[in-house]
Amino acid sequence: MELFLWFNDVFLKMNWLKEGIEAIAARLGLDPLDQIGASLVFFLYDTIKIFILLCVLIFIVSYIQSYFPPERTRKILGRFKGIGANLLAALLGTITPFCSCSSIPLFIGFTSAGLSIGMTFSFLISSPLVDLASVLLLVSVFNGKIALAYVVVGLVLAVLGGTFLSKLKMEDQIEAFVFKTPLMELDDVVLTRKERIDFAITQVKEIFHKVWPYVLIGVGIGALIHNWIPESWILALLGQDKWYSVPLATLVGIPMYADIFGTLPIAEALVAKGVGIGTVLSFMMAVTALSVPSIVMLKNVIKPKLLGMFVLYVSMGIMLIGFLLNAFQSVLI
Amino acid sequence: MILKILGKGCPNCQRLEANVREAANNLGLEATIEKVTDVKTIVGYGVMSTPALVKDEKVVSYGRVLSVKEAENLLK
Repeated sequence: MELFLWFNDVFLKMNWLKEGIEAIAARLGLDPLDQIGASLVFFLYDTIKIFILLCVLIFIVSYIQSYFPPERTRKILGRFKGIGANLLAALLGTITPFCSCSSIPLFIGFTSAGLSIGMTFSFLISSPLVDLASVLLLVSVFNGKIALAYVVVGLVLAVLGGTFLSKLKMEDQIEAFVFKTPLMELDDVVLTRKERIDFAITQVKEIFHKVWPYVLIGVGIGALIHNWIPESWILALLGQDKWYSVPLATLVGIPMYADIFGTLPIAEALVAKGVGIGTVLSFMMAVTALSVPSIVMLKNVIKPKLLGMFVLYVSMGIMLIGFLLNAFQSVLI
Repeated sequence: MILKILGKGCPNCQRLEANVREAANNLGLEATIEKVTDVKTIVGYGVMSTPALVKDEKVVSYGRVLSVKEAENLLK
């Protein structure tokens, strides 16, 4: 336990980095406690920390993911049925590499291979929502209990979502060509260690390239919240005593397309201002699980009725999670 | 030999195509290289992670950009 705390302080929270930046700021004549100094320290510390974590975590996670390309995940899932299969799909979703750009081939590939709607949706919900990198980041920014709670509620949302959407019997809501797509059986391609490392390095470069603007924007907003926007304003909108805080956070998050790396600094600053952990996590979940681009993509393969149910279920689920976690705030922090 | 590059025209697909072209040249192969961008056709090959390389209707690599050397080994 002590070892873990040390590891967390040094590698995940990087307190030394914050102290170092504060020392440099003080040398330059900035007071790390006044508004400008504090925003600058927050901005530099969070940006550097997130970029370091991003590179290291994406590397480790991509190396693990290289063992679970979606083609292999599909093969594994094809052997299972029922709610257990939904759970397995949600779990594999957490270690299969995913980006919203691959959701269409995934959807067609899974469905035409005969996987149930339930499994496909369980996978599609959990894959962007819960991944190894985001869990470690939550440990870094908040703590292990919150990270664990996030994983559990994320998986429950995915499993129940798959089960619920398959109960609707809306197979007719899937575009017909999806079922008609012929499928070739694919041999497993075995990679060498060097190829996996190359894959992981490429992933780091690509993801870094894709998300750095979101991280800077996120940290910028975080610094604003942290030091410039009056606490009373934030609490008037998102305070724990406001019933509408969770729905508001969720609805703002849904259309946004960003990465968990971009939302974390905002989440961190909001929690520091006294916003409930459930409110903050529902914002993060809404941003990662649903976005305008991902909904537009899915529209190519699913008809509006089923797509509507999917969006409705995920939004309601995220709000429910928000209320629930706010109620258990005292246990989590 | 017919080679197909599967992918939606992303930068990765272009890199893979360039590397495969170079590999085929290095080996002195008579190969036609086609691009497949239609999602349905791509998924029909069993591929969900692009870019992928198909050699004479058989998928030999998917989900990553092969280096020239790796491509040479697969085309031999």
